[in-house]
Amino acid sequence: MHDHADHDHDHHHDNRYSDMQARVKALETVLTEKGLIDPAAIDAIVETYETKIGPRNGAHVVAKAWSDAAFAEWLNTDATAAIASLGYAGRQGEHMRAVFNTPETHNLVVCTLCSCYPWSVLGLPPVWYKAPAYRARVVIDPRGVLAEFGLTLPAEKKIRVWDSTAELRYLVIPERPEGTEGLSEQQLAGLVSRDAMIGTAIASAPGVVA
Amino acid sequence: MNGPHDLGGQMGFGPVAPEKDEPYFHAEWEKRALGLTLSCGAFGAWTIDESRHARENIPPPDYLSASYYEIWMRALEVLLERHGFATAAEIDAGHKQTAGAVPKRVLKADMVASVLARGGACDRPVETAARFAVGDKVRTKNFNPETHTRLPRYARARSGVIEAVQGSFVFPDDNAHGKGETPQWVYTVVFDGKEIWGEGADSSLTVSIDAWESYLEPV
Repeated sequence: MHDHADHDHDHHHDNRYSDMQARVKALETVLTEKGLIDPAAIDAIVETYETKIGPRNGAHVVAKAWSDAAFAEWLNTDATAAIASLGYAGRQGEHMRAVFNTPETHNLVVCTLCSCYPWSVLGLPPVWYKAPAYRARVVIDPRGVLAEFGLTLPAEKKIRVWDSTAELRYLVIPERPEGTEGLSEQQLAGLVSRDAMIGTAIASAPGVVA
Repeated sequence: MNGPHDLGGQMGFGPVAPEKDEPYFHAEWEKRALGLTLSCGAFGAWTIDESRHARENIPPPDYLSASYYEIWMRALEVLLERHGFATAAEIDAGHKQTAGAVPKRVLKADMVASVLARGGACDRPVETAARFAVGDKVRTKNFNPETHTRLPRYARARSGVIEAVQGSFVFPDDNAHGKGETPQWVYTVVFDGKEIWGEGADSSLTVSIDAWESYLEPV
């Protein structure tokens, strides 16, 4: 294990961080000297994914689906267009599909082959989504994986795993929690965590932080 | 290919380790790795399928012990060398030594917003009618190509049902190797957990993949 204070989870990075810092810096320098990249473009990309594109986009989509039946139906038949109508389109969101949790079925998304993920609505994926443990296990032992997220579903609930093997990117629409009748779209969005839109969580009850 | 990336159903990786309040990046170099990968992708010299294949070609011990952005960087170095943009000696030295290939475009800061917003749609029209319809029973191909494929091992030679016809898309098995886009119909195929995992499978489980038409045979 390594000793980086900011990085305490159990992965096998060893001491590669400083090594990678040097290696990436070398590559950036070579490409900049050749005029092949603009370091300011890299800054702009990072800023976009740190400040503009993240799971609040998806939470807005979910809240809208909960409060507007016509939008939910559009989301069900043409998620790409429905989501784009809210301003969320582009890279890794070119072809979207929304899958709706029901009392009978819980949906869960993975990419076993790499880490395909709907960037346009959820932002950059978390490390666990990209790591072997999740990609390997969620298709064979979804209940075990969900338990590690603290989610225990009733035994009678069916589990549907969507492996993103093509260019379609999936957004789980969690069930609307009870007791949320009077809430605004913005308040509803506050109940929807990133994990609920991957399927490793459900939407929070009112008064519980998502 | 049967590479280290094809992880569905493999065992021994331990529990999933969600990180509370995970930051977008765990080190400064990860930010640069993301930006470099997207910037170099904008050269227009390789496709997303070729870059996926470069990642899955990393030897298993290296792939499985690398962080995800490290996998990206290893593959990016391969792609830059393959397409003549940088030599291994230059990458080692950290300085320009040769002129090298000229890309179709260089991503400048003022282009970033529009390039990210546009993305890269992969749907393409095809001349042929879809071979399968919703509700059809199909069986996936049993093959082990050394080249790129998006049919995971766990879902090969399995029987399932067409749940949706998703449209026609670039075929990665060709596109990763410079053979053109050769688009095909793509279907969502759903399998019972027992069909895939057999004895002891979770009886409440169904798994779906999105499969290109040539992966499928009628049952």
